[in-house]
Amino acid sequence: MRPADTLAPGFPDLSQVAVARPLHWRRWLAAAVILVVLAAIGRAFAYGQIEWSYVQRFLTAPVILSGILNTIVMALLAMALGIALGIAVAIMRLSPNPVLKSVAAGYAWLFRGTPLILQLLLWFNLALVFPTIGIPGLWSARAVDVMTPFLSALLGLGINQGAYTSEVIRAGILSVDAGQYEAAQAIGMGRLRALYRIVLPQAMRVVIPPLGNEFIGLVKATSLASVVQYPEVLHNAENIYYANSRVIELLIVAGLWYLVVVSILTPAQMLLERRFARGILQIAR
Amino acid sequence: MTKPLVAIRSVSKSFGEFCAVKQVSLDVWTGEVLCLIGASGSGKTTLLRCVNQLTAIDSGGIWLDGELLGMREQGGRLHCLREREVARQRLKTGMVFQRFNLFPHKTALENIVEGPVQVQRRAAEEARAEALELLRRVGLAAKADWYPSQLSGGQQQRVAIARALAMKPMLMLFDEPTSALDPELVGEVLTVMKELAQSGMTMMVVTHELGFAREVADRVVYMDHGAIVEQGAAAEVLGAPREARTKAFLSAVI
Repeated sequence: MRPADTLAPGFPDLSQVAVARPLHWRRWLAAAVILVVLAAIGRAFAYGQIEWSYVQRFLTAPVILSGILNTIVMALLAMALGIALGIAVAIMRLSPNPVLKSVAAGYAWLFRGTPLILQLLLWFNLALVFPTIGIPGLWSARAVDVMTPFLSALLGLGINQGAYTSEVIRAGILSVDAGQYEAAQAIGMGRLRALYRIVLPQAMRVVIPPLGNEFIGLVKATSLASVVQYPEVLHNAENIYYANSRVIELLIVAGLWYLVVVSILTPAQMLLERRFARGILQIAR
Repeated sequence: MTKPLVAIRSVSKSFGEFCAVKQVSLDVWTGEVLCLIGASGSGKTTLLRCVNQLTAIDSGGIWLDGELLGMREQGGRLHCLREREVARQRLKTGMVFQRFNLFPHKTALENIVEGPVQVQRRAAEEARAEALELLRRVGLAAKADWYPSQLSGGQQQRVAIARALAMKPMLMLFDEPTSALDPELVGEVLTVMKELAQSGMTMMVVTHELGFAREVADRVVYMDHGAIVEQGAAAEVLGAPREARTKAFLSAVI
């Protein structure tokens, strides 16, 4: 019989012994190598055939600034259209009505199945198919006047975005426990109200990270709108280098601005995620 | 002669090949507490879910408060009701789920006022005051602004009961309300249910808590393989069962 109030000898008390800090010399070595490589690349660009003074001068040129503003406006509007369409189509896709289901599936198939640049060109050249558009007897106009670069870019980007966003939203809705939907029904909610009040707010938490991904993609995809003469930042940069032949300098200017916009989006996304994690944070901590 | 609050007549429900409820008929009277017991897979939960139309029946009919549920007889045929009509009929019943199913993005109080304000279009202030009174009744007045994830299972289930009561239902349905709880939390939920029974609420309770059934139920219904095997006063069915299958179930449980 072992005594309950004594401990076996030979196991010293380690609670007072200091813990040595590891050296991590491999990490330091790797960091040093990477710094050297980066410095070499930086030096190569600094002494390459680039006139940095042009980069500096055009970075804040009015044409470039209005271009980046147009890029931001187009990205925001197209994303808003994409999310509105995406939510509607996701709900249609999950509806018990086979007609709505097929329409939603057909939409996603068509707009995900063709290149974005082709869709933009189709919208812009709609006048070739329909010289005049309108509602018979009420209103009509020449398609050339209606399909401005702005509208064709917005429709092209927004409708295409909606096809992708609908799948992201649908995944979010499917991630919410079926019991939530039943509980909403049990207090007398219909399908749409249960979706809007109970399911979608919970789906948003899951949906925001991939949606942030989609938005970053869209910011850069607005550059394709240059093919329909929409004056976004890349289009304006191109117009400048057609005149002064400073191709690389102006591409660097446009690239820097895209980096700035995308960098601002990351903290904005974090704020949104926190907003929709209400009631969940306690578990995550 | 008075009519039963719930009249279930020859109701059947299958899931694919599996026949969950077979030709069940049952009456529930106003003010009665009815406990449904039986092994898992015996059809008691399915029957309960049919009463508030979370599960659609294959054949038969259920009348609640004299109104046929989910269907309308017209020209010798049965027509399915529209979603809006079904939602209106559901307002007569309150449902408490095994897994609570509280809305995790809303506080306890917001969970309770959601139905009265959004569905019944009642004034927010009035609904709030009633919700606080309900929370007090289930002993959770201090937790009004807590999120479900901050509450214990027993507290969540009490909030869920308050949420169902906020719609002022004429019938309360409980689907194994204590099965997902740690043993030490079962008592607080059963206490709330006992008080509710004493207040005269009509209740259908699917449960494995035979002690609760014995103490509170006016009638106990034992189901097996989708059919009612035996029913009667709690003391009779639980104390002196007539059917061999009931005896076997009870001796296996106790």
